[in-house]
Amino acid sequence: MSATDDATLPRARAELLPALTPLIVAAIAAPLIGSWSTFATLTLAGVAMGMMIFTMASGLTLAFGMMDVLNFGHGAFISLGAYVATLVFLPLAAWSDADSLALNLGVFGLALAAAAIVCGGFGYVFERVLIVPVYGQHLKQILVTIGGSIVAEQLLYALFGPEQILISPPATFQGAFLVGDATIEKYRVVAMVVGFVVFIAQVVVLNRTKIGLLIRAGVENREMVEALGYRIDRLFVGVFMAGSALAGLGGVLWALYQSQVRASMGGELLVLCFIVIIVGGLGSVGGCFTGAILVALIANYAGFLAPKLALVSNILLMVVVLLWRPRGLYPVSGP
Amino acid sequence: MSERLVLQGVHTHIGRYHILQGVDLDAPAGRTTMLLGRNGAGKTTCLRTIMGLWRASRGAINLGDAAITALPASAVARAGVAYVPETMAVFSDLSVKENLLLAAREGPLDDSRLQWIFGFFPALKKFWLSRAGSLSGGQKQMVSIARALVEPRRLLLIDEPTKGLAPAIIGGLIECLREIKRSGVTILLVEQNFRVARELGDFVRVMDNGRVVHAGAMADLAADEALQGRLLGLSLDSHQ
Amino acid sequence: MMILSGDAPRGWLLRALLIVVVAALAVAPFLFPGAKALNVAEKICVMALLAASYDLLLGYTGIVSFAHVMFFGIGSYGVALALYGIGPGWGALALGAACALVFAVALALAIGLFSLRVQSIFFAMVTLAVAYAFNVLASQLSDVTGGEDGRSFQIPPMLRPGFKLGEFADLAINGRMLCYYIVFAIGVLLFLTLLRVVNSPFGRVLQAIRENPFRAEALGYRIVFHRTLATCLSAAGAAAAGALNALWLRYVGPDTALSFSIQIDVLVIVVIGGMGSLYGSILGAALFVIAENYLQALIGRLSAGAADLHLPLLPSLLHPDRWLLWLGVMFILAVYFAPTGIVGKLREQGREGP
Repeated sequence: MSATDDATLPRARAELLPALTPLIVAAIAAPLIGSWSTFATLTLAGVAMGMMIFTMASGLTLAFGMMDVLNFGHGAFISLGAYVATLVFLPLAAWSDADSLALNLGVFGLALAAAAIVCGGFGYVFERVLIVPVYGQHLKQILVTIGGSIVAEQLLYALFGPEQILISPPATFQGAFLVGDATIEKYRVVAMVVGFVVFIAQVVVLNRTKIGLLIRAGVENREMVEALGYRIDRLFVGVFMAGSALAGLGGVLWALYQSQVRASMGGELLVLCFIVIIVGGLGSVGGCFTGAILVALIANYAGFLAPKLALVSNILLMVVVLLWRPRGLYPVSGP
Repeated sequence: MSERLVLQGVHTHIGRYHILQGVDLDAPAGRTTMLLGRNGAGKTTCLRTIMGLWRASRGAINLGDAAITALPASAVARAGVAYVPETMAVFSDLSVKENLLLAAREGPLDDSRLQWIFGFFPALKKFWLSRAGSLSGGQKQMVSIARALVEPRRLLLIDEPTKGLAPAIIGGLIECLREIKRSGVTILLVEQNFRVARELGDFVRVMDNGRVVHAGAMADLAADEALQGRLLGLSLDSHQ
Repeated sequence: MMILSGDAPRGWLLRALLIVVVAALAVAPFLFPGAKALNVAEKICVMALLAASYDLLLGYTGIVSFAHVMFFGIGSYGVALALYGIGPGWGALALGAACALVFAVALALAIGLFSLRVQSIFFAMVTLAVAYAFNVLASQLSDVTGGEDGRSFQIPPMLRPGFKLGEFADLAINGRMLCYYIVFAIGVLLFLTLLRVVNSPFGRVLQAIRENPFRAEALGYRIVFHRTLATCLSAAGAAAAGALNALWLRYVGPDTALSFSIQIDVLVIVVIGGMGSLYGSILGAALFVIAENYLQALIGRLSAGAADLHLPLLPSLLHPDRWLLWLGVMFILAVYFAPTGIVGKLREQGREGP
């Protein structure tokens, strides 16, 4: 073997740049906003929102990365999770209203767990019934999953009624901390912690376990993973279920954030999720995380600076990012 | 541990295209069988069909006593078949170590086996924790082959391992494959490079238009230049 | 059959049904007097055009877009804002329609060039995001667009119900009827144009690209160019449909011009009518609009009946507000079991016939 064989290309430094884009955006927005306290509040709100969206979107990006499955019905799980939370919160209202951190965490934890389990279960059904028959056919997948999302939303209306349901975060999560001049809502901190835990958990599973190894390899080259002896379709069902469970979790967080549950929230959040996973790079969890923070920061800054353009600003973000990196901030290498 | 591979009357359709049109092939146990032929003759399709990545529309494929015809790729792999594809299919975002870990289904990496692999692929030891995507072409090929060797297998399917590699590296690769042969595993090797084929093959099968048109010992084909010309035409590098 | 661009419907049953539908639409004001029936007829015309222009993209080019209703909305708002802002004259109407068309095509061009360039799988997601943003924007710029409440406006005097031209067969020929015939005539014209497009060499290339993009590219066809042009033509068709619809309704608002449920309706019509067949849009639209108007009432009665019997869940599932639920189920079933739609089934019938 010749000497040139041993030359390893140095890890491109450009890889760090995409992760810094949220900081760049924050740096640009700061002078425009002017006041430090407002900036701090908006930035924290953005990070909290980003964590919630990351929780919802990570399953979507992995499902596409692994099995090329574009699930337009993902929003249904977000809504479903929120509704399941109401089934926990309303009966246990006493726990939620009590001024005890323990009871509050209890009801919150139960709601999260219930949402995750129910959505994971329905994710399994959704995958087996709707998606399996159309593996590999993008067009039909899009059509069928859209159909599924419509049916799901209508079922939610039929089961829970068409009006929105009001729901509040538990007592000790309400209110805000005052740090200098900045108001930091307590619930946003909770959401950030949950979202961050989800992120760390994903990173650990993906990088330290064999299943994570399989997922990462499967996102790159599904066929080769099969040729190495693994039933990747079974693994995919697991990933899909986990993604649906996470969507449900995100739905709970979001519903408490908005203090209301509506069947249409899933569809609206799905649009944001799509922007996030396109910006982040399909199949990449790191990209999804960066993208979510970026999208949320922009939504919050724009919401303050030019409220009518908040959503349009995210479309602009998508355009700018794709012109810079056509496959997203952290694309996965292809086969 | 090795087995005899037998294909009988195998047909493969891909969409509208009828690629394998009745392949009868056998690769004797513990020996290296070369699969030669022009571009488009169906060699890669043959390997992929054996591996279960494409489904045979007709015919039978047997490995030893086991029928592996209609099995999906993961089951074929678990039956003891390892595949080194033409594209190498190395997982770029994973490290070399992770690539090999993935291939070790039975348990943790066997240290002695690993040392054996490092013996003929020293670069893998050096780049053990590096991202596989940053390796050179020749090194990626090493990873791809190493994956097939991490655990004992009954059959190795190798598709054009020397394709696109510099002549200096090819020499090293031939040495490695010779070492692997010595371990006594059944190998079915597709090669465009006749020199490589001649050095490694015990037996040879030539494909044309989706069928096996010649089967025999490599030594016989190597000695008969006229036959070489007829079967393999001008598209092979016979004078490397 | 030059007028049908050589693409006459195949199968006697299909032909018969199409003739019945088109003929009924042609004489609708006389055949079905009454405001509701005429509204239904107008909606069929508009939806058929909307669906046909969508099928150009979905059925012939093989790409899913969720921005179709956005272009429909652009057409509607263009006409509405022009008639509202300038005045109820033909000039304003023409100006509004023309501007809307130009804007729609320009936007389609931008979206097409952008997302078709990066990765075609993004197209569906990008169109969804853009359409959603547009929707929100239209609601928020309420000074211009009238926001959630929309805008009512006056149309040229000749097209108003008060205008009388004379009498024919006991029926007053008034502006409303004229308005209907404008919608019908332009609808027919544009449909025939679309027919011409899909039967042209351009249309054939689109279908080749749909079947096997790699092959088409290898043969030298510029995929992005063709797909973008198809997107623009499709957008123009949608904008025209929107303009016509606004003219008829004399009102524009997010619910009638930009709502996502219209997008769903179009999807359903194209799939159930038959993807890849423009005639499917006509039959699908007719079936859909009639069902929506008359079947919903029926289901409502079933729901009330179930409620009277105190059955669990059934009343809410059958409630007419849950119309979309059953639509969605039918849609999914159609995608699985009848992707060629009604037209496909009829064609099979036709082949077995005499």
